[in-house]
Amino acid sequence: MSQTFLHHTASLIVAGNFHHLRIGVLAFQGDVREHIHVLEELGAQVVKVRRPDELASVDALVIPGGESSVLDKLVRLFGMQQPLREAIASGLPVFGTCAGLIMMADHIVDAISEQESLGGLHVDVRRNAFGTQIDSFEVDLEMPGVTAEPVPATFIRAPIVERVGEGVRVISQLDDGRIVAVEQGYLLGISFHPEVNGDTRVHEYFLGRVAQSVSEKKASI
Amino acid sequence: MTEKNNAPLTGSNRVKRGLAEQLKGGVIMDVVNAEQARIAEDAGAIAVMALERVPADIRAQGGVARMSDPDLIEGIQAAVKIPVMAKARIGHFVEAQVLAELNVDFIDESEVLSPADYINHIDKWAFDVPFVCGATNLGEALRRINEGAAMIRSKGEAGTGDVSEATKHIRKINSELRWLSSMSKDELYVAAKELQAPYDLVVEVAAAGKLPVPMFTAGGVATPADAAMMLQLGADGVFVGSGIFKSGEPAARAKAIVKAAAFFDDPQVIVETSRGLGEAMVGINVSDIPAPHRLADRGW
Repeated sequence: MSQTFLHHTASLIVAGNFHHLRIGVLAFQGDVREHIHVLEELGAQVVKVRRPDELASVDALVIPGGESSVLDKLVRLFGMQQPLREAIASGLPVFGTCAGLIMMADHIVDAISEQESLGGLHVDVRRNAFGTQIDSFEVDLEMPGVTAEPVPATFIRAPIVERVGEGVRVISQLDDGRIVAVEQGYLLGISFHPEVNGDTRVHEYFLGRVAQSVSEKKASI
Repeated sequence: MTEKNNAPLTGSNRVKRGLAEQLKGGVIMDVVNAEQARIAEDAGAIAVMALERVPADIRAQGGVARMSDPDLIEGIQAAVKIPVMAKARIGHFVEAQVLAELNVDFIDESEVLSPADYINHIDKWAFDVPFVCGATNLGEALRRINEGAAMIRSKGEAGTGDVSEATKHIRKINSELRWLSSMSKDELYVAAKELQAPYDLVVEVAAAGKLPVPMFTAGGVATPADAAMMLQLGADGVFVGSGIFKSGEPAARAKAIVKAAAFFDDPQVIVETSRGLGEAMVGINVSDIPAPHRLADRGW
């Protein structure tokens, strides 16, 4: 009873206030700055993460857009693959956009030779599913459960989710049915880049989830 | 929120600049064949620039340098999955049309090739493919952005392995950005005149304190320390042309430069990446190149 009460009040207090959250942004390569900008605008504390001790200090992690094969190489070269896999396994909330979604997927379709993902999100993701840059596009997308109004979505040589496994909820699809946003527990993966549009709503949704995870952890102590 | 836009929009400014944003922190490598492209991809290149001769050879061999053969570009596109860029001559909009038709991911309107127009650059708004253009100063950068460039590349002096010009150009652009930000509103009219750049763009950049597109650095980057210095000076990423495949051990050097770019602010990492790379490209001191042969002066 007291635990439920504590949980309930905690989530009331944090609604719309993210100052107590420490959010890491994986900062090896990609549109790190755009994510930091949106997160800071929402009031979160932001830490660039490139080392295990930086990862250990955060309440959640954002994996930015970039080139997934390069992110993978750098993550391994600098000894971050294991710490990241352990953090995801232990329930760290993670939000990945584009290359970030690919990094979170259990399986990559059409990967570059020897490319590995971190895994954890039970989906198959096809890398660069639309073609070359000429096929990159922007469109407004419905994201039920995340935000009421459509979100402007920019797809840059973007991936799509080809198969969803157990416990994965589909958040958004293109008009042709292709899956471009999924959620599994505290893992959120999307094909496009709300950060380059400067739209804060998807990040705001994620921070809300992080706040929930933080208060759950506190409640369980 | 306006009403929902259901029709996917390609080739928009946001889509073009969006790709440039995703390349940040990365190393773009010049390659002349599929084998080099694979080495670059394996080493962690963020993209490859497909061309027939690296700038050092263009410089050595002389003659008119043009767009690469479509077969060569397609061979490189088939060999790698990372973005493929290719160069068109300054002002040569038909070379750009050819590259767009080949579905390259980015076109570099480059001073490394022989200019095709000594007055006009390409109207880059006419294309769905994003363009990167060189600049040696802020005015030049703003003129290229006004023409539709989605990325700026500070020029340096290509094919030399001498980083001094790259340093000069990025410092110049950044110092002019600081100068512009410090001006009062009524001084921006004259600033636009001096920069020979459109007033609206000058106002936008003065307010933001930075360019509206990513700025990479090119021209003479040959070592991990060179790349790290460019990033510490504020570049969003680097182009490495002759520096990799004109060196003793291209694969090792390429990988080292990628690592140095990711940890550009950590001297310990730069130490490790600088070890045992074999010979760097021999290089030419820019001061030994007579002024008419300097590539950075191409662009208007």
